[in-house]
Amino acid sequence: MSASFLDAKEEEKELTLQEEITEYIYHHVQDSHDFSLFSTKDKETGKKKYYGFPLPVILIDDGVKFFMSSKLDHGKNVVNASGKYYKLYHGKIYETNSEGYISYDEEGIVTNAMPLDMSITKSVFSILLISVLMFWLFTSLAKSYKQNNQIASGIGRFFEPIVLLIRDEIAIPSIGEHHYKKYMSFLLTLFFFIWFLNLLGLSPLGVNVTGNIAVTFGLALITFLITNLTANKTYWKHIFWMPGVPVWLKPLLAPIELLGVFIKPFSLMIRLYANILAGHIVLYSLIGLIFIFKNLVGSSLSLVLVFFISIIEVLVALLQAYIFTLLSALYFGFAVQEDDH
Amino acid sequence: MEKLISEFSSGLFFWQTLIFVTLIFLLRKFAWKPILDTINEREKSIRDSLNSAKEAKKEMESLQAENKKILQEARSESDAMINQAKQSGKELVEKAKSDARLEAENILVQARTSIENEKRSAMNEIKNQVADLSIDIASKVLEQELDDDKNHQDYINKLLKEKKFD
Repeated sequence: MSASFLDAKEEEKELTLQEEITEYIYHHVQDSHDFSLFSTKDKETGKKKYYGFPLPVILIDDGVKFFMSSKLDHGKNVVNASGKYYKLYHGKIYETNSEGYISYDEEGIVTNAMPLDMSITKSVFSILLISVLMFWLFTSLAKSYKQNNQIASGIGRFFEPIVLLIRDEIAIPSIGEHHYKKYMSFLLTLFFFIWFLNLLGLSPLGVNVTGNIAVTFGLALITFLITNLTANKTYWKHIFWMPGVPVWLKPLLAPIELLGVFIKPFSLMIRLYANILAGHIVLYSLIGLIFIFKNLVGSSLSLVLVFFISIIEVLVALLQAYIFTLLSALYFGFAVQEDDH
Repeated sequence: MEKLISEFSSGLFFWQTLIFVTLIFLLRKFAWKPILDTINEREKSIRDSLNSAKEAKKEMESLQAENKKILQEARSESDAMINQAKQSGKELVEKAKSDARLEAENILVQARTSIENEKRSAMNEIKNQVADLSIDIASKVLEQELDDDKNHQDYINKLLKEKKFD
């Protein structure tokens, strides 16, 4: 990824460099249709060359259209898929004419029709990768118990205490001894899923999965559904007819409580998204600063900053996974609490 | 907010939710359930082992105390037995001594008595003999009375000499 910064150094004007860095950061935090690892720019022609591998594009537009993202050629090519023409423009696929014409309205917003994009993007690919990794990791932990007389062996020794931590520090205190078992599968999967994807985001692969609103929305939606579908009478009573307050206050509290049902998962969604996205932007801006300073003092100072922010981001990766899991567990706890107070 | 909505990728949302939910169910069956079951089982066995170890320790302690008690009892009993044996030994010796003394005294008394008897019988015999002798002598003297005094005297002397308590 640093290759594009290196060739960016060749640019004459600082403004262009700043613009390029801004665009680069924007591009990085977005999802992408192909898995590019880095890109170089030809000095003479000024053309960008991408290194990476293409991913399948799946479009639903009068039937399913399927082709590899290499055909789109980073927006430079118009793809003809069974009679329709598609073009990649700023990370999104639009339906165009055979020339690849993009039309705008007065505010500069693209007016072209958009097909339903179900592509296996870089983020989907990363999610698949992490899912396979998790499946392998935890089934091997489960197997190692059988082979090694109930004692974890190998990498499982590292993850077993974390599984225990989630059970003993998150699930049991938040949900309670009686009900925590049915939520354990979700909480454990959730924690490791977010944590691993956060860490993958910090790797030089440069994916930004948990900093994508669609991903955090999906996770928060599942928490929301589980909370409300497993909720008992006490939970609904606390929402619509709050016990222990004067009668005239009860109808006033109901809409607030009902709003809270939606605000809780919404805050989960925004918290994870904003933290990871902000972390990525700060980190990449500081890396960009190295190339803007172009002198020993400023650049090395930026390098030190990058180093420390990276360490903080590793901590944030764990912390955000922990917070998401803990709050989900707390909401489940509200849903199943007994009427004993 | 508008930007957030416009950037929302329904494709990514679909795949992520599908993969995530599938992952939850797969992991539940193949990983979380066996892992949590094993951990629970292990915790239970650790708890049980600790409890049984504690119990065994308690039992051993009580056993030890009992052993100590038995040992003490045995020791005091043996002490008593030894003392008794000593006592009875001493008594036996005392008794033997006194018996011996008594016996010796008896023997002595008996001896003395028999000596006395012997002596008495001897004396009696002497007395008898003296009497016989006297009678004998007297008869002899009487026979020799006609002789002179000198002869008389000699004769008596001679007789005495002959009958010198033979």
